[in-house]
Amino acid sequence: MLMASATRTNRANRTPAAPGRPPSRAAALWRSSVGKKAVMAVSGLLMLAYLVAHMLGNLKVFFGPDDLNGYAHWLRTIGQPVLHHGWFLWLARPVLLAAVVTHGVAAYQLSRRDLKARPQQYVHRRRQSTYATRTMRWGGVILGLFVVWHILDLTTLTVNPAAEEGHPYQNIVASFSTWYGGGIYCVAMLALGLHVRHGFWSAAQTLGVNNPRRDRALKAAANGLALLLTAGFLSVPVAVMAGLVR
Amino acid sequence: MNDHHTNAGEAPMSYLDYTVGEPIADTRAPAGPIEQRWDRRRFEAKLVNPANRRKHRVIVVGTGLAGGAAGATLAEQGYHVVQFCFQDSPRRAHSIAAQGGINAAKNYRNDGDSIRRLFYDTVKGGDFRARESNVHRLAQVSVEIIDQCVAQGVPFAREYGGLLDTRSFGGVQVSRTFYARGQTGQQLLLGAYQALSRQIAAGNVELHARTEMLDLIVVDGRARGIVARDLVTGEITSHLADAVVLATGGYGNVFYLSTNAKNSNATAIWRAHRRGAYFANPCFTQIHPTCIPRSGDHQSKLTLMSESLRNDGRIWVPKAKGDTRPPGQIPEDERDYYLERIYPAFGNLVPRDIASRAAKVVCDEGRGVGPGGQGVYLDFADAIARLGRAAVEAKYGNLFEMYQRITAEDPYTVPMRIYPAIHYTMGGLWVDYDLQTTVPGLFAIGEANFSDHGANRLGASALMQGLADGYFVLPPTLNDYLGRTRLDPVPADHPELAEVEAEVTDRLHLILAVDGDRTPDSFHRELGELLWDNCGMARDEAGLRHALARIPELRAEFWRRIKVPGTGAELNQALEKANRLVDYFELAELMCLDALHRSESCGGHFRTESATPDGEAARRDEEFSYAAAWEYTGDAPVLHKEELLFEHVHPTQRSYA
Amino acid sequence: MNLTLRIWRQQGPDTPGEMTEYRVSGISEDMSFLEMLDTLNEELILRGDRPVAFDHDCREGICGACGMVINGQAHGPERTTTCQLHMRHFEDGDTIDVEPWRAGAFPVVRDLVVDRSALDRIIGSGGYITAPTGSAPEAHATAVPKEAADLAFEHAECIGCGACVAACPNGSAMLFTAAKVVHLNVLPQGAPERASRVRNMVGAMDAEGFGGCTNTGECATACPKGIPLTGIARLNREFLRS
Repeated sequence: MLMASATRTNRANRTPAAPGRPPSRAAALWRSSVGKKAVMAVSGLLMLAYLVAHMLGNLKVFFGPDDLNGYAHWLRTIGQPVLHHGWFLWLARPVLLAAVVTHGVAAYQLSRRDLKARPQQYVHRRRQSTYATRTMRWGGVILGLFVVWHILDLTTLTVNPAAEEGHPYQNIVASFSTWYGGGIYCVAMLALGLHVRHGFWSAAQTLGVNNPRRDRALKAAANGLALLLTAGFLSVPVAVMAGLVR
Repeated sequence: MNDHHTNAGEAPMSYLDYTVGEPIADTRAPAGPIEQRWDRRRFEAKLVNPANRRKHRVIVVGTGLAGGAAGATLAEQGYHVVQFCFQDSPRRAHSIAAQGGINAAKNYRNDGDSIRRLFYDTVKGGDFRARESNVHRLAQVSVEIIDQCVAQGVPFAREYGGLLDTRSFGGVQVSRTFYARGQTGQQLLLGAYQALSRQIAAGNVELHARTEMLDLIVVDGRARGIVARDLVTGEITSHLADAVVLATGGYGNVFYLSTNAKNSNATAIWRAHRRGAYFANPCFTQIHPTCIPRSGDHQSKLTLMSESLRNDGRIWVPKAKGDTRPPGQIPEDERDYYLERIYPAFGNLVPRDIASRAAKVVCDEGRGVGPGGQGVYLDFADAIARLGRAAVEAKYGNLFEMYQRITAEDPYTVPMRIYPAIHYTMGGLWVDYDLQTTVPGLFAIGEANFSDHGANRLGASALMQGLADGYFVLPPTLNDYLGRTRLDPVPADHPELAEVEAEVTDRLHLILAVDGDRTPDSFHRELGELLWDNCGMARDEAGLRHALARIPELRAEFWRRIKVPGTGAELNQALEKANRLVDYFELAELMCLDALHRSESCGGHFRTESATPDGEAARRDEEFSYAAAWEYTGDAPVLHKEELLFEHVHPTQRSYA
Repeated sequence: MNLTLRIWRQQGPDTPGEMTEYRVSGISEDMSFLEMLDTLNEELILRGDRPVAFDHDCREGICGACGMVINGQAHGPERTTTCQLHMRHFEDGDTIDVEPWRAGAFPVVRDLVVDRSALDRIIGSGGYITAPTGSAPEAHATAVPKEAADLAFEHAECIGCGACVAACPNGSAMLFTAAKVVHLNVLPQGAPERASRVRNMVGAMDAEGFGGCTNTGECATACPKGIPLTGIARLNREFLRS
């Protein structure tokens, strides 16, 4: 009896939830809402970096078919001779796929949790936050669908009107020359801009690099980045539709 | 024990027929040099084997500075604490609203402060109506409080070197007040709340939030539990323990309008009083001079602004009665800077009670300003001209902002209006040096007891006393009680439980059954005004007799006309109010009786008949150097006097002329 | 002034509620919002109807007890608590919608009263510094740089009213949790428990059913004490490094 009560007293004096080592840091991170959000931030930034490179590559279109097609070919030669032809792309693709999947799964799980945490809406509704912030979820869904379309259109060429393997320039022009090809792309790029506008600053916040001094700079950077990406990506279909690139 | 029927006004007793009983004495304070008394008391105290402590249940009612600190500390020591608060969270107790700061004799400024000086200032500030032993202990413990709070992470203001900042407060000559901007109470309370939360999570404290104590259970002459109402379900339950600690704050809300939180109430201490705990010095209330005046009949509470405003603001009213011109149109020679005129040496910095009373006098003369003529100007025009707007803003910006938010007037261009308001109650349950009431096993800590502030409290001393009691004084004295006392378990079917529960339930049913035509607030307002007019800053015999005659009438009317919709078995805030009001009626009577019998001017209150030739307060030590401890009898109360001896600080008469 | 109020009335947690319309007249613009509701309640009592239940206590903006969503905004149109919101911010003839805090973790108790004890449990999970009474070193033993002290204070001002949760479209308690984590983690006294504190508090927050942060900033906009949104960034940093 005496022993038991002494034990009890000791426990009482300790931090109640003094942690036994959690099974694994990664699992603990994934389980918590903050950790999951960090996973989204990292995967999002990875995709963002990829998009910046992608967008810059796209601009090659303005230097003519040879430039762009040559660039596309060069991409397959990166890493040679250590890597075999095309391997670099095949190494990059799983990484990107993993980023898309974790980003999407985390977003889905967090969204479900968020909706459950606010089961009843206010009768008096009020417009809340910025458009970019409010459209993160649907914008994300649109972008996910677009990625599928985009791969079918310009990677596998399944739905591409030209479908000339090894000639991305011709495929791009062909795709953007149709009203739906150009339209889908333009809508998706606007969604991308909005997504990046909130997403970039949000990632900084989630990863804890934001502070009162940096806040404005980060917001400006997010806006700038979103604008540049959107403008860069949109310039290609617009140029095609305007007949500047043919 | 059917005396709750007196509530219904059936057999109104006359408080005026009170009798004087045996003197009462504090037998717990050890003799010997005052500096060593607390050490000696702690050494002589019985200890409870740490392994046995968890077998003791201790009830703590209230989670403010005193209750929160006590609950956390007792749980840390191994006791099983059962704690109650009527708020939805322990963090909301009204200690949170204290603005100014907390005194401690650290002497960090090297400005001559010491434990002895804090002791001296507090006894003198209390106008020689407090117990020396208690006050000295308070000054000793003050030093440890700051250490404790800093360790908990209380973000006190700091200097650039990283050390704690202090300021001088309330006209004291040394800089001994530690502060956290204007939110010292909040930060200290959060420290105690966090410590308490840790113990709740550890299972050492069983918290009952939204639960209000409605009565005390006394078995074989000892406090053994409480009866409480779950405010959400309305369920009435008994909770048993080996000791009961009341940390339920003051009773300033008896006045309806006060700076207290709306739900602060006197029910816990009053029910304890009815069960045998003496009530000491009920008429000692503190009135704060710089509150924002009421704007109309809808006013539900008063908001205090820091006294520091008087450092630079000049107080005035128009010389002519009923002058309704806007302040800017009243020329300089038609203004009466009455404090500067009457007290040229101290001017606007006279003590709280003098500033408050002077404001009442000019308003009673018909020279008050603002709605209802219940206000005086506090003018910063000179300060702004002298120091510049920026300097005034740096000093008082947040207060000006608060004033503007509430009144929609810009104090930079229009003088502020201020009026005194009830702020703190020095009276409370009588306790000995161990903080034990006259009911063995019942302890009262913080503002709920009467012990340390005498007839007037110094600024920044309330927080000090609450934390001293909760963190440092109560734990060892409670240990002593539990270690010394053989307590047999009280069976859950003990008849006393059922009886007290039935009384509590009956009273609620009686209230609900009246189904009259007046709301609880309408009665409370009327009672408050009666008290404010007759038992406020200035009192006289005629007024007090009038109040003593009027209160029973009002109470009888309450039992005829009160209306409370709904039932007792649900969240019913109107019922909570009405139930508290029943106790306020009785307490108000005792306050008036205490004020009537103490025919001296003292501390925070002025008895018109007891004035010096130049109209200042005249204390009468030969007759009144005692604490008045009132015993409840169900009939006329009995007065027990505790004589106060001053061996270290010799009584002097204040003079500010 | 005369007003039309549409107030959420709900008997208990398990009964359905609805918006009920009331008219109040003779409202002074100097009244606080709660005093306006007092006026309504006085009328309701005299009519024999149950008054509108709402939490309130200090009525000076510091205890955090009061809080209702007024016209879709937590604590109404001004950046302050409901008790410090005055009727002069409304117009004669206005219709005002009054609803309780809405969040899965804040079940409605009655009318405008909700159960916010989940916030207390977050604090209990780690929102403290373990310093049992009597064990404290001399207060000046550790100097605290003024910037750290000021940053701690800025976050310690949180009154626990829950407006951040009510305003958040996800019912998230991140700003509340951040306020306490930052307050204690930037102080040297809080350093030993820095990692376990943030881990346990975030864990408790998730377990209580609060949503996650999508950085909408609604919380900081609604906060009557101005706890900054960047506090959440700090919380995230503390969590990721823990």
